[in-house]
Amino acid sequence: MSTAGRFGIHGGQYIPETLMNAVIELEEAYNHYKDDPDFNAELTALLNDYAGRPSRLYYARRMTEDLGGAKIYLKREDLNHTGAHKINNVLGQVLLARKMGKTRIIAETGAGQHGVATATAAALFGMECEIYMGREDTVRQALNVYKMRLLGSKVHPVDSGTATLKDAVSETFREWVSRIDDTHYVLGSVMGPHPFPTIVRDFQAVISREIKQQVMELEHRLPDAVLACVGGGSNAIGTFYHFIDDPGVRLIGCEAAGRGVDTFETAATIATGRLGVFHGMKSYFCQDDFGQIAPVYSISAGLDYPGVGPEHAWLHDTGRAEYVPITDDEAVDAFEYLSRIEGIIPAIESAHAVAYARKIAPAMSKDKIMVITISGRGDKDCAAIARYRGEELYE
Amino acid sequence: MSNISSAFAGGKAFIPFVTCGDPDIETTERLVLAMAEAGADLIELGVPFSDPTAEGVVIQAANLRALQGGMTTDKAFALVERLRQQTKVPLVFMTYANVVFSYGIERFCARAAEVGLDGLILPDVPFEEKEEFAAPARACGLDLVSLIAPTSHDRIRAIAAQAEGFVYCVSSLGVTGVRSEITTDIGAMVALVKQANPAIPCAVGFGISTPEQAAAMAAVSDGAIVGSAIVKLCAQYGADAVPHVADYVRQMKAAVASAN
Repeated sequence: MSTAGRFGIHGGQYIPETLMNAVIELEEAYNHYKDDPDFNAELTALLNDYAGRPSRLYYARRMTEDLGGAKIYLKREDLNHTGAHKINNVLGQVLLARKMGKTRIIAETGAGQHGVATATAAALFGMECEIYMGREDTVRQALNVYKMRLLGSKVHPVDSGTATLKDAVSETFREWVSRIDDTHYVLGSVMGPHPFPTIVRDFQAVISREIKQQVMELEHRLPDAVLACVGGGSNAIGTFYHFIDDPGVRLIGCEAAGRGVDTFETAATIATGRLGVFHGMKSYFCQDDFGQIAPVYSISAGLDYPGVGPEHAWLHDTGRAEYVPITDDEAVDAFEYLSRIEGIIPAIESAHAVAYARKIAPAMSKDKIMVITISGRGDKDCAAIARYRGEELYE
Repeated sequence: MSNISSAFAGGKAFIPFVTCGDPDIETTERLVLAMAEAGADLIELGVPFSDPTAEGVVIQAANLRALQGGMTTDKAFALVERLRQQTKVPLVFMTYANVVFSYGIERFCARAAEVGLDGLILPDVPFEEKEEFAAPARACGLDLVSLIAPTSHDRIRAIAAQAEGFVYCVSSLGVTGVRSEITTDIGAMVALVKQANPAIPCAVGFGISTPEQAAAMAAVSDGAIVGSAIVKLCAQYGADAVPHVADYVRQMKAAVASAN
């Protein structure tokens, strides 16, 4: 087992030989630029002026009063340009790709948020861009498909396997193996082979850096718990990162349980998966007895993935972070709850974190502080949630 | 050292691939015996995986057919056990890291050796990660075959120096599948391998389907590997594929043998 990019026993670089020099080149470029003042100044300017950072930390007064326990803040990643945290990572990687001389970018997408963010950055920089998306997801998230095309990207529906996020990732790897010289794969989560889990984490760590500053300014102390939803785990690692060394801060990741962890229709990897090697990394995966990757399910296209990033697997092993499963029903209730009580329509992904906050906040005392990352906005989900409630929308 | 070296002892080798259990395990058994009879020097047996990221559409579909037919790792071992009573042709599994890892790497290798397998090809295990798999394989007398690609460049020396069994030279960028043309300078890649490890055989795969291509590849290496073209015949003829595949292997073996 190599030592490159390991988080405990997790991580590594389990990829075809054809891609090895590409990831080595990426790692070298990243190590060169990550502490480069010009690179960071350029990235910060983009994040602030283009993406609208820093994102707001909003005190959810009505939700706090309604639940009657911990004081609840919402980290508003949904207010970023393109409507989700995904833009943080995309701007960083696309800037890096340009420094590496790449002229074409490719990416996978589940809910379409990462695809839209990537297509946006491609438009901004005038780069060629192709997005791979499970056909099932192109139907669930038709609006995002249109947005990507509007932004000038080509969208490839993926029919292999379960035609969802995992198959989009596989297909993007297949495309990258075919064309490497001019192409960078903008991986959307803290997963895949080293150095992606580290690069994506570093670009998303801006979330916890800001939370820490903002909570300190408002409350003059650290929060007691931070919550985020976990699919691959990029907004969660971004939310956790600067608190990992603060043992008083509970780190809580909310997985998609789909119809329940005791059913086959679930995507809760840490609750139901076991150790495996897939998509370039060693981590936990939903799989059968012979290591065949399971066809997972969640109402949320963005959490509908059978694995989890290697750093989360390690935070789980060490007990530093807690991972809890949230069902479709609980997430849909939370989606409606936050809309009504705060006038904020969260992404169905983020609603998984809101759902768990509703469970634990009432039992926490009023002097406790909790931060929930609202990783994205819920416009994209309205039609699907309406359908879930038996109502057909015609957009 | 495994039985793999014998595959290259009689001149240029022809190495066909089939997916175990496509369309059913009885057909795979007959296919392997017919291919050995038709001159195959080593046979790659694909153990199906749900998400074969290095494969093109043809072999992806074969994996799916096999899994839908109920193929499992244990059934693949049982198949090799039966084949070993009928043929001495060197046999290697081609599968993905998780199939081996999930079974338990030591347990997988022990069982593989017990049934008479000669080696393993894992396209998602590169040089940096190989010892996790190669060490238990070696302990059971199996070779973990190393791959080199057109993008390997300066990595070829290190990979070749530690290679076991044979070096699998990936002819082109991209996934498995038939290509009309192979433009990589294979001869140069093979020369780099031989500089670092003169004794290791080098076989070329990915994209080869015609006798002309196989002869051209074998001329600059020690053999040619063909997967998708054979799997296409399996898809087309199903349980009746055996004579078609045997004819094809005979033709390809003749082309490879004539290469200089």
